[in-house]
Amino acid sequence: MSWLTMARWPAIAVGIAIGLLECLTFLLLDKPIGCSSAFARTSGLIEKAIRGNSVVEKPYYRLFPPVIDWEWVFVAGIPFGAFLSALSSGNFRIEWVPSLWAAIFGTGVFRRLAAALAGGFLVGLGSRWAGGCTSGHGISGCLQLALSSWLASAAFFAGGILSAILLFSLTGG
Amino acid sequence: MKRTSLLLPDSAQKPAALLFGTLFGFLLQKGGVTRYETIIGQLLLLDFTVLKVMLSAVLTGMLGIQVLLQFNLVTLRPRYGSFGSSVIGGLIFGLGFGLLGYCPGTAAGAAGQGSLDALFGGVGGMLLGTAFYSEIYPRIEASVLRWGSFGDITLPELLRTSRWKVVIAVAALLAAVLSALSLAGL
Repeated sequence: MSWLTMARWPAIAVGIAIGLLECLTFLLLDKPIGCSSAFARTSGLIEKAIRGNSVVEKPYYRLFPPVIDWEWVFVAGIPFGAFLSALSSGNFRIEWVPSLWAAIFGTGVFRRLAAALAGGFLVGLGSRWAGGCTSGHGISGCLQLALSSWLASAAFFAGGILSAILLFSLTGG
Repeated sequence: MKRTSLLLPDSAQKPAALLFGTLFGFLLQKGGVTRYETIIGQLLLLDFTVLKVMLSAVLTGMLGIQVLLQFNLVTLRPRYGSFGSSVIGGLIFGLGFGLLGYCPGTAAGAAGQGSLDALFGGVGGMLLGTAFYSEIYPRIEASVLRWGSFGDITLPELLRTSRWKVVIAVAALLAAVLSALSLAGL
């Protein structure tokens, strides 16, 4: 069982397992794996708690009602699974600033959080704009050979490569 | 025509979703893709772990789903798209991806391994971004989102050929890319 305590599994083995997991969700739940709509539903739930039930009438919430659906529960399982994995290999660690960020931009927590907040905002906005994220389009949609997903995935990486290169080669020096 | 015999009853769907989500999070963390360094390494084209995980997942899932489809055990759920939605939305996502260093699923996983930038910055920012989208949605719905609309078309439909042919061609392409990455020592 020493493989269970390994810090890293080969990328291709992990990919194959995720591909098999997709087959199971299609077979048993009639659903592709996805993550970003759970964030939209959560922000809808928060908005509903603050502003009242009338928010469910918003056009977007008619498409994606602020309720706890299967995908929300699926996404809630992710941090738990990652926690178990990190614990199994002893690499769980509380970290405010990733080491690569710290090496270029310094160890300041505020600067890292501000960048993550701005980046997260664009990721949340863009994922709903495109109708999915690196899971829903990148894996689930591409494996179904959907045109929307291949285009969106190409755009995710084109934008991501541009953004990271600008950040690290221009700003980071 | 849809077979529903293997679908779990409603009462078992959420427990199954929790189990599958836990497995997904476990796999993402073991794969190293919940680490900021791995994702930024991919976007700077220095570390190809993310691409290897994604391409091998697509390869396996595509072949598996195709076999299940042959036995009429699954229904495809391709999403609607347009240039205005898929490409513009995808680019906005990408700009954020490079700044955040996580995507929605890996940010949730990173939070579980103790990465608090993913939890407070990433998850917090994503909630604000999706809330903002729900505000602007009525304004872009009839315009930008419909530019160059192509619906839920799949590659075999676009190329007007059999699904199996495209599956085999894409499988060969993905296997070639994975082999090339491996030969190049990436």
